[in-house]
Amino acid sequence: MKLHEYQAKQLLTRAGIPIPEGRLATTPEEAEAAARAIGGIVAVKAQVHAGGRGKAGGIKIAKTPNEARDHASAILHMRIKGLRVRKVYVERAAQIARELYLGITLDRDRRRPVVMLSTVGGMDIEEVASSSPEKIARGWPDPLVGLLPFEARALCFDAGVPAEQRNAVVDVAQRLYRVYASTDAMLVEINPLFIQTDGTVIAGDAKLDIDDNALFRQPELRDWKEISPDEESEERARALGFSYVQLDGDVGIIGNGAGLVMGTLDAVRNAGGHAANFLDVGGGAKESVVRSALEIVLANPKVKSVLINIFGGITRGDEVAKGILDVISTHPPRAPLVIRLSGTEAEAGRKLLEGAPLVSRATMDEAAAEAVRLAK
Amino acid sequence: MSVLLGRKTRVIVQGMGREGTFHATRMRDYGTQVVGGVVPGSGGTKREGFPVFDTVAEAVDATDANASIIFVPAPGSMDAMLEALDAQLGLVVTITEGTPVHDMLRVASVLARSATTLIGPNCPGAITPGECKIGIMPAENFSPGPVGFVSRSGTLTYEIAHLLTEADLGQSTCLGIGGDPVIGLPTPDAVRLLNEDPATAVIVIVGEIGGSAEEHAAEYMRAYGNKPAVGFIAGRSAPPGKRMGHAGAIVSGNQGTAESKVKAFEAAGIPVANAPSEIPGLVKEALRG
Repeated sequence: MKLHEYQAKQLLTRAGIPIPEGRLATTPEEAEAAARAIGGIVAVKAQVHAGGRGKAGGIKIAKTPNEARDHASAILHMRIKGLRVRKVYVERAAQIARELYLGITLDRDRRRPVVMLSTVGGMDIEEVASSSPEKIARGWPDPLVGLLPFEARALCFDAGVPAEQRNAVVDVAQRLYRVYASTDAMLVEINPLFIQTDGTVIAGDAKLDIDDNALFRQPELRDWKEISPDEESEERARALGFSYVQLDGDVGIIGNGAGLVMGTLDAVRNAGGHAANFLDVGGGAKESVVRSALEIVLANPKVKSVLINIFGGITRGDEVAKGILDVISTHPPRAPLVIRLSGTEAEAGRKLLEGAPLVSRATMDEAAAEAVRLAK
Repeated sequence: MSVLLGRKTRVIVQGMGREGTFHATRMRDYGTQVVGGVVPGSGGTKREGFPVFDTVAEAVDATDANASIIFVPAPGSMDAMLEALDAQLGLVVTITEGTPVHDMLRVASVLARSATTLIGPNCPGAITPGECKIGIMPAENFSPGPVGFVSRSGTLTYEIAHLLTEADLGQSTCLGIGGDPVIGLPTPDAVRLLNEDPATAVIVIVGEIGGSAEEHAAEYMRAYGNKPAVGFIAGRSAPPGKRMGHAGAIVSGNQGTAESKVKAFEAAGIPVANAPSEIPGLVKEALRG
């Protein structure tokens, strides 16, 4: 779950990390009032869950409150990467001398958090990471003790942070680590971390992405969750315990188990088709589960056929088949169904499906080929 | 015994709720020595004939258990894993889905100083067919034989085991290691165990998009492999930036793509199946040498 910059900065300032004075605005008038209250030059920044805001024109500098209002008015009408901007953050402009990068994320290979610090910060950090990774200093703190001062100092030495700012950057890094750990973050980033002309260090931007699995113990952050219209069906599916991702094709996919569903998507592609979605119903596949899954998949108007690929494990294939038969007798689907049952009692399940208004196939490859053909 | 589990493995079940109790009986039916369960506060009782203990330490004292399977729900799963590690069990399998990543980072840190092998979380478990099953997999899809099998998937593992069994290709040990970003037994470690296992003649490596575990496993096999291997990567058609069900199955930037994994396998001389149905054929070829 991604947080907005203004939310992330709220958490940073609570942790004692310096941030510029700023206010949230949802109308041009509010932005004007915010700029007046802050005084001087301000930045008006789109609050939207998309990268590359700056390059898309979502960040503008305003010298006067009137200018702030005009910028807010323009930005509040923008779409950035398809997402409508509904809020702007008005913030005192920093007196920038240098830009650093500071981020903490997961290093899967080492199974450790990785803290990254670079004096080549700013918008092109991803470019730096791939073209000259040596310019990013890295450290792997033990999560049981957190980021220790010597580790943070070593990062400053490696990255070449000026001596005058070393203590301040060590302090920010340790505080940021505490934010990372206490919010169950997958990623926390200050980019840029400004060194100002007066030598002080201040967080220019903040990015925070929270582990969805940990939201049960992050009640405040859970309440900050915003669902954009194109995420609605994904959210509805999640509420049912499903995992759903919408894609561009026309073959709807339902399966049980992430790997099996991914494998089914691949089989559809191998058969020359395009999957309309990823939908993993999880372990079991009872009648009610199949019904809700079909509703979600068929709500996508692009879907022209649906491939249901269920591996009978704990849930037996004959029970799955009965569930499917129940669903199509009470709620006849608008698109043809191709069913592929395997595993426990799959044979018995396929017997039950004989004569029903659907296509049943024994293997994943055959079922995928059939679903692709029906979508054409 | 093949790797990690066999006839001498004595298993306790942490978390004897509906799921835990159900699978405890299924494992017992398979022939696994399930010697007890742990439910704090219910020590001294019995469930489905299994003696229940308050703590893992007590259970180990009373039963000589050397392995554990964890069904404790996500919020308490770190505690359950750390309790099992503290009791110095040889093998711990965590079935629980939804353990927070930061909890797994802490577990991994303790695990690095421990002799225990941890499989999971969010996994189907492990099985040495005909001897011992510590997991939730439908056992009838598995059969004894020479194919060592490691997989990040759940149902896809059953599917492939089913295909192998149908093709008369039994398995030495199947390790369903789970699809989370931080897991106890990553693919390269699992592959190393199977490579060193005399009962395994060929290794099937089933990966998913995300991370670089398959690349490292391929590097390991290129340097140390003493038997053939066959690969499969699920998620070739997944778009970048979208999380495909498993928290670990996400392509970010040029990291974790199916292409990179397939390339690494091929560079290590490991043939890659385009679909699960191709795996048995490739395994047969590999066995013929």
